[in-house]
Amino acid sequence: MSEYVLELKNIAKRFGGVEVLHGVSFGLRPGEVHALLGENGAGKSTLIKVITGIHQPDGGEIFLNDKQVHFDDPLQARLAGIAAIYQELSLCPDLNVAENIFLGRQPTTVGGSINWRKLYSEADRLLTSLGVHLDLKAKARSLSIAQMQSVEIARAFSLNARILIMDEPTSSLTLKEVAELFGLVRRLRDEGTAIIFISHRLEELFEVADRVTVLRDGSYVDTRLVKDVTRDDLVRLMVGRTISNLFPKQDVKPGEIALKVEHLSLAGIFEDINFELHKGEILGMAGLVGAGRTDVARAIFGVVPPTSGTIQIEGRQVEIKSPQQAISLGLAYVPEDRQLHGLIPAMNITSNISLPILKEYARRGWLQDKAERSAAFSAARQMEVRANSIWQLARTLSGGNQQKVVLAKWLSTKPRILILDEPTRGIDVGTKAAVHALMSNLAAEGIAILMISSELPEVLGMSDRILVMHEGQMTALFSRAEATQEKIISAATQTIKTVRAL
Amino acid sequence: MKASTVSSTAAASQPANQINVNAPRKSFLARFQRWEWMLVALVVIAIVINSRLTPYFLNAQNLSRTSADFMELGLMMLPMVFIIITGNIDLSVASNLGMCASFMAVLWNLHVNIWIAAGAGLALATLGGLLNGFLIAKVKLPALVATLGTYAFFRGIAYVLLGDQAGRGYPPAFTYLGQGKIPGTLIPFSVGLFAVLAVVFGLVLHRTTFGRYIFSIGNNENASIYAGVQVARIKMTIYIVSGFMAGLAGLVLAARFGSTRPDIGTGLELTVITAAVLGGVDINGGIGTMPGAVLSLLLIGLVRFGMGLKNVQDQVQSIAIGSLLILSILLASVARTISASGLKFNWRNIATAAAFIIVFAAFFFFFFWSRAPVLKSVFG
Repeated sequence: MSEYVLELKNIAKRFGGVEVLHGVSFGLRPGEVHALLGENGAGKSTLIKVITGIHQPDGGEIFLNDKQVHFDDPLQARLAGIAAIYQELSLCPDLNVAENIFLGRQPTTVGGSINWRKLYSEADRLLTSLGVHLDLKAKARSLSIAQMQSVEIARAFSLNARILIMDEPTSSLTLKEVAELFGLVRRLRDEGTAIIFISHRLEELFEVADRVTVLRDGSYVDTRLVKDVTRDDLVRLMVGRTISNLFPKQDVKPGEIALKVEHLSLAGIFEDINFELHKGEILGMAGLVGAGRTDVARAIFGVVPPTSGTIQIEGRQVEIKSPQQAISLGLAYVPEDRQLHGLIPAMNITSNISLPILKEYARRGWLQDKAERSAAFSAARQMEVRANSIWQLARTLSGGNQQKVVLAKWLSTKPRILILDEPTRGIDVGTKAAVHALMSNLAAEGIAILMISSELPEVLGMSDRILVMHEGQMTALFSRAEATQEKIISAATQTIKTVRAL
Repeated sequence: MKASTVSSTAAASQPANQINVNAPRKSFLARFQRWEWMLVALVVIAIVINSRLTPYFLNAQNLSRTSADFMELGLMMLPMVFIIITGNIDLSVASNLGMCASFMAVLWNLHVNIWIAAGAGLALATLGGLLNGFLIAKVKLPALVATLGTYAFFRGIAYVLLGDQAGRGYPPAFTYLGQGKIPGTLIPFSVGLFAVLAVVFGLVLHRTTFGRYIFSIGNNENASIYAGVQVARIKMTIYIVSGFMAGLAGLVLAARFGSTRPDIGTGLELTVITAAVLGGVDINGGIGTMPGAVLSLLLIGLVRFGMGLKNVQDQVQSIAIGSLLILSILLASVARTISASGLKFNWRNIATAAAFIIVFAAFFFFFFWSRAPVLKSVFG
């Protein structure tokens, strides 16, 4: 008998030609909360999907109670006692608590209709044993997110789960709800349930986890007792190096005005946006999600042209009606949503990079393969895209490399004004630092950069000036020297009372 | 590896760029994907079976006459490949064909010069394509709905124009379009026309910026818009081209029949779409090749011709073509499953295999529906 209820040995997983898990081992003891830690792209979610049977490993072995198992699909894993609760909850909003707990497995009478009495008594028994107090007949949509999680957990235990996986369960909970959830987690642990806990909030690990396993770039790094590590230890294990210079912003003397926006408005979305962007300057745009920053960028780029206001590029007033026109004026826009707006996943790296200026690689419409290939290659090399060849399909690349391809694509248009919308969202720290270094170098070359970012350290670290938006309005414009985290947050959450003529 | 010992600035620690510039693009034959090879194999099988079925198959006259029967389909299929790759559809092509032919017939009956009448019909069909393009690219209606509407609309116009009349008695110079042969050969003029246009469409799709944009729109329309691709203009263009080609097919069909009724070409759109999809064009857009589509048209032609020689009824032929479509898509799916995860006996694979066998059996059953002795002539 080994000490583990679940043991993974040398799990490997490949997607296409890319190996995303390199022989990861992991042991889960009964009655422990085991945190799984790693950056985005470290392989946490892939590992979870292997455990829950969504993915099948390409190498390695899984042991459940010392017996080797192989899950062809999620159902087999569930029947074996492995339950997972994800960020996105999966309750049916118009069914009540008890119905949701037994969804698809309602106890039935001899005639085949639902045995309601048994349904409610079983649900009641289950919730009582979990120490959760809920109205069994309340519709799921009336519950708080924490209560919905309790229902999901009850559902998991109705299947006799002995292993519970919680993927970022606290990301949308209030502090009080988090405390309640942790109370439940501890109770389950004390009763012998093994829990795998994933969270990006390191503080929570110290509060609830017993051991922590760190993954990096798809490899196992280390497993430690939580009481023996410090926060800094964990960060170093995750990143694998000391990031000495995350925000390598160089001092660039701003040149002449590259982009000037006056009274820019899009009816119902944003209004009266004014700013100047100088050559060699990085202007940060801060604000909450939904403040209208992306809409301003899209208006400038001609995706959805503004309803009023003016745009001047290098002193010349222009009316930008389409992205194509924006590109020809020297603008480039790296959009926020890589999958939706940035990348053509089923086309190869070359075609992705050449797309915005494809006409430059063609003579009278006929593609000149050689010109296209060499341009794409040098752009991909400049961005250090990691791939087997420039003919690899974009969708087979990792998130960070996809972002590099999108950047390569826009840099190959040789823009004079570059709009970056959340340029480092969802990419690993290494690529992130590379993107920041790139931004700094581009600014030093005299390119004007407008950077939208929801990450305050990034905004503070990279920007020469910071524009803050709230609910479609510009609420502040700070210089690098005067900007602080507090000032930005306060400007991003409070509307400045604007006097409007009636 | 002890993580804490590794310390360097970001990016510098990453291995140098790993892209190999010399990694060659797959050769043309390698890129001639599995699907096309499967079609080539099916074409060969169809030829072998046909030639064993009847001595009349490998007869140049017969082949020549039959090949002309499929050229209207082919002319409409060429732009349909473009349209489906962009993730759209055009259900109105056969109705547009009817509208063009009927308009020409009306003018001819009014003693207008046949070439002016034909030109007017062609112009009307192009206008029909423009209407489709406008509804889809500018008004942004779903292509399925918009062309379902014009499918009825164009056919309606054909009936209004021609009523219970018919256009007939076209001069030989015109019927040459559908019945004539390229001088000195047995090759029908329409086949030559199709061959030239197929090469042109194929080159445009695979060798020009326009073709690349078609693929990028089908793969990710939003990203294409952000990359400055003029999506609306391209969609508009391909629908106009589709209208023009439907008109051209209308002229060729009217010339081949030597007469025109308003129901001319009814139902052809489904065979056109079938040919494109059987040719490996993904109905969800983004994927497809012109050689594949042309091969699949050839295959459909051979199967129908073979059954026709054996006097298999037309309706039964449709069943065979339908089974062929499902069969080939199943075959590709089976091949994908096996290459992805090896041979595994789970329920899904068994179900796929069962479906494959059932459809395959149905296909053979209907193929040899009319006379049992046929089986003997193939296998005996």
